[in-house]
Amino acid sequence: MIKTDTLIIGAGPVGLFCVHQLGIIGLKCEVVDNLDKIGGQCIELYPDKPIYDIPAVPECTGEELTNNLIEQIKVFKTNFHLNERVEEIEKVEKKWITKTNKGTEFESSSIIIAAGVGSFEPRKFPTKEIEKYEGKQILYSIRDKTVFKDKTVCIFGGGDSALDWAIELSSTSKVILVHRRDDFRGMQASIDKANQLKKEGKIKIYTKYQLDSVQGSEKVQSINIKHDDKSIKEIKTDYVLGFFGLIMQLGPIAEWGLNLDKKTIPVNTESFETNKEGIFAIGDICSYPGKLKLILSGFHEGALAARGCFKYAKPDEKYRFEFTTSSKTVKNRLGVKE
Amino acid sequence: MPKITYIENTGNSQTIEVANGLSVMEGAVQNDIPGIDADCGGGMACATCHVYVKEDWFDKLPKKGDGEEDMLDMAFEPNKFSRLSCQIIVSNELDGLTVSTPSKQG
Repeated sequence: MIKTDTLIIGAGPVGLFCVHQLGIIGLKCEVVDNLDKIGGQCIELYPDKPIYDIPAVPECTGEELTNNLIEQIKVFKTNFHLNERVEEIEKVEKKWITKTNKGTEFESSSIIIAAGVGSFEPRKFPTKEIEKYEGKQILYSIRDKTVFKDKTVCIFGGGDSALDWAIELSSTSKVILVHRRDDFRGMQASIDKANQLKKEGKIKIYTKYQLDSVQGSEKVQSINIKHDDKSIKEIKTDYVLGFFGLIMQLGPIAEWGLNLDKKTIPVNTESFETNKEGIFAIGDICSYPGKLKLILSGFHEGALAARGCFKYAKPDEKYRFEFTTSSKTVKNRLGVKE
Repeated sequence: MPKITYIENTGNSQTIEVANGLSVMEGAVQNDIPGIDADCGGGMACATCHVYVKEDWFDKLPKKGDGEEDMLDMAFEPNKFSRLSCQIIVSNELDGLTVSTPSKQG
């Protein structure tokens, strides 16, 4: 059991800046995120896209913003628990006990949910009757590529993941790449390489096709793909891989007894606390009158939520407001030498 | 104000007035039309405001911009009349536009 003052769920920009705000008022925190890297939507959805509305930063990419935030909180040496999704929370006396899908447990006096629109999960095939094959012959990620050796693998998708795996697996497997339109959106070098392999007869590419149905009993035996013109083609295959990117799912957060408004959590605007004492919500996931889904609003929400956590972490102390420019205590926490 | 018709996957249809300048997505969200999630809030980063534009309207809309087709690869069951409703801006010319929503958004 990891004991800390505050558990932050979500390592996006708002969660990261909140680490800073907790740090300067002397509270410890740990951060959990379902992605394999720090940065949330900024790093997963638009690492290269410029952002123009971060105060005092005329232009920066999602990746640059993330790196700057990581730099800003480096001094606090915060632990990040990546690739983990928070599953359950439970109040035991005055503490919150949180469990992740990997079995990590935390005890904290408060929780800050900075989870954006939820956790990122792979987008799945829309086709019915595929559930019984998912995780077996129908996969959305690859853990062990050796299982595909000398097998037929049908890969769906038009981005870099689909192209990279089609190229990679073509040396040891029979690869069929299927995409819903003629244009691929991956890197040009990968598109060229895939077309080259197609010319050499090493992979087959079918475009304007989507998955229509799956046939099999214990295992997948064949699939039908459907062209835009409605014609159907049957393909015998051992594995089916889908690379359609990630979608955000609220997931277990919906089960924690928090008030929900559509996919957001209503909060008060004084401390961004939810209907549950000691649980705060900031960033895209919170809602209140006038809410703007901007990173800058999330920074403000995090600053107030951090102060809201103080009374739970240190019930016998009074929080005193201090500026980073003048407070010796704050400067010590930031490791600034006078 | 232009009237936009939203047809749910269940067949349920609602016609509402949407102010010029708002997107078809915002028109739906502000009026609690089900079937459009718009997780990213209109940033063309999530494909959860995917709609099928009624055939005779499809060619009358301004063409898809950079990135919209890429994002539609991620949408649930896209077809050739698919658009992201956050990218369709309402104007007088779009009065009577009809869009239907997919059975789900992800």
